[in-house]
Amino acid sequence: MAEIHAHRHSDAARAVAPIYLLLFPIPVVCFVGALATDLAYSASAYLMWLHFSEWLIAAGLAFGALAALALLVEFLARPAIRRGGLGWAHLVLFYGALVVELINAFVHTIDGWTAVVPTGMTLSIVGAVLAVAAAGTLFRVPVTWVAPREVMP
Amino acid sequence: MKTSTTLALAACVALAACGSGDERNFDKSTEYGPNPKLPEPSRGLLPKMNVPKVVGWQGETPTVPQGFRIEALATGLANPRNVYPLPNGDLLVIESKKDAKEPVERPKRPVMAWVESKAHGGAGGGPSNRILLLRAAAGGKPAAQSVLIDHLNSPFGVVVVGDALYVADTDAILRFPFKAGDTQVGGAPVKVVDLPAGPINHHWTKSLTASPDGSKLYVGVGSNSNAMERGLDEETNRAAIWEVDPSTGAFKVFASGLRNPNGLTFYPGSNVLWAVVNERDELGPNLVPDYMTSVKPGAFYGWPFSYWGQHEDPRVRPQQPDRVKAAIPPDYGLSSHVAPLGLAFYTGSAFPAQFGGGAFVGEHGSWNRPELNGYKVVFIRFENGKPVGQPMDFVTGFVKDGKARGRPVGVAVDRAGALIVADDVGNTVWRVSSSAATP
Repeated sequence: MAEIHAHRHSDAARAVAPIYLLLFPIPVVCFVGALATDLAYSASAYLMWLHFSEWLIAAGLAFGALAALALLVEFLARPAIRRGGLGWAHLVLFYGALVVELINAFVHTIDGWTAVVPTGMTLSIVGAVLAVAAAGTLFRVPVTWVAPREVMP
Repeated sequence: MKTSTTLALAACVALAACGSGDERNFDKSTEYGPNPKLPEPSRGLLPKMNVPKVVGWQGETPTVPQGFRIEALATGLANPRNVYPLPNGDLLVIESKKDAKEPVERPKRPVMAWVESKAHGGAGGGPSNRILLLRAAAGGKPAAQSVLIDHLNSPFGVVVVGDALYVADTDAILRFPFKAGDTQVGGAPVKVVDLPAGPINHHWTKSLTASPDGSKLYVGVGSNSNAMERGLDEETNRAAIWEVDPSTGAFKVFASGLRNPNGLTFYPGSNVLWAVVNERDELGPNLVPDYMTSVKPGAFYGWPFSYWGQHEDPRVRPQQPDRVKAAIPPDYGLSSHVAPLGLAFYTGSAFPAQFGGGAFVGEHGSWNRPELNGYKVVFIRFENGKPVGQPMDFVTGFVKDGKARGRPVGVAVDRAGALIVADDVGNTVWRVSSSAATP
């Protein structure tokens, strides 16, 4: 079975899957980190933490945008990922996290306390939860790199 | 490139509070005077901005009221920011620009720096950061133009006391041997006192004046941030007016809580110091009004903890309720984001009587609200040493069809009673005289 599915992989999917798996963790780590630094800022009002949050969200969005493109290619080039709910769940969760964090980046441009409390931190929680949930689905999604080991028909 | 560069960044992004009806229908006349209307702070997802494209004057001139005429004294300058008429009729023109870049401590900074550079349109190409001398001639037009002092460090304020010319560079007050009539300074400068400057140096224009008896200097030192978002440590002795002893360089903070004080001027015939102050951004298009105020010795005017007296700024932490309680409101609101940078009281007699003792304010103009505000010189009448009524537009036309032809900065009244205006985007010095009087 594994061989049959492997033959169906297009070249694009084969090429992009490892790139995606390399990029995807970066925004997840950044968004979770931004939640941690938001908590640190709300506890201390020390501006360094706010700046950490801003850079983490910005870096998460930059690498997240590249990852989102790679995921789009994977989705278009590989029918298997589109079958069943998990692939879609992964895409919706990850793209959702990016949209929430884009808004969060704008909120974090406020000069001081109200950049984080309450709206910024709320968005950081939502964004981090969505990103981690997207990471959770990845273990079950037939992205090429993972797929040969546990393809689900 | 014909259309104005409108950065409607906030326009309607996702859940942004899209310019509510309240904001658009805000009656601007309620923002002037001693008790301006202060709406609730509201920023939206991004601060609303509108940066007009800079097109220059192309031979045209600003507009002045009936009974006045305006002419260019000097054109093709490099960022003329301030003007200082001398008693013999000569005029000092201070060309200045900020050279140093601010450190990028957050992703927002480069974006804001780019927006503000758009508003300046790149400025004139020639060398800046120097003081020009325009030699007086009959009829107002200068007979000659020469460089009095070169290679200064972003100078702004100047004042002549006795045989000394004091220049407020962004990082120090310098004293040059000079008196009216000289065409050259008489040697190297002596540093009077260091002023807070780099490495951040956000508000860099140091306005300067002297007490009527010449015994003290007063220098405006603007804040290093919009609303303390770089921390309190960066604001040491900033957002303040200093009183400096010119002989020893000893200084004390004369008044504080003034976010970016400029146009320091003593009211004629009094010992009352006045200033125009740029208030904070990103609390909405109609908040916080910039203002003109007499400066009470030792007073605290709120920045960063509160605005217009005791209205607390929600962004500033840790809060300091005791400081807020001590904050006093300023005298006269000029409306939000007009960016007043010049102030001159009318001491001449060439203009009609109502102008006597009133204030001209150079409003550099906004970039941080959807509807442009400022970009003009306004006049505010004074009675018994106090501002009365609404400001009257005096020099206008700096924006036409949404494009900036110039931006007024420093203003002054010359020996003949004409108003001199520095225009740092039009790279011109303008002179407004009464068309009734013979030149």
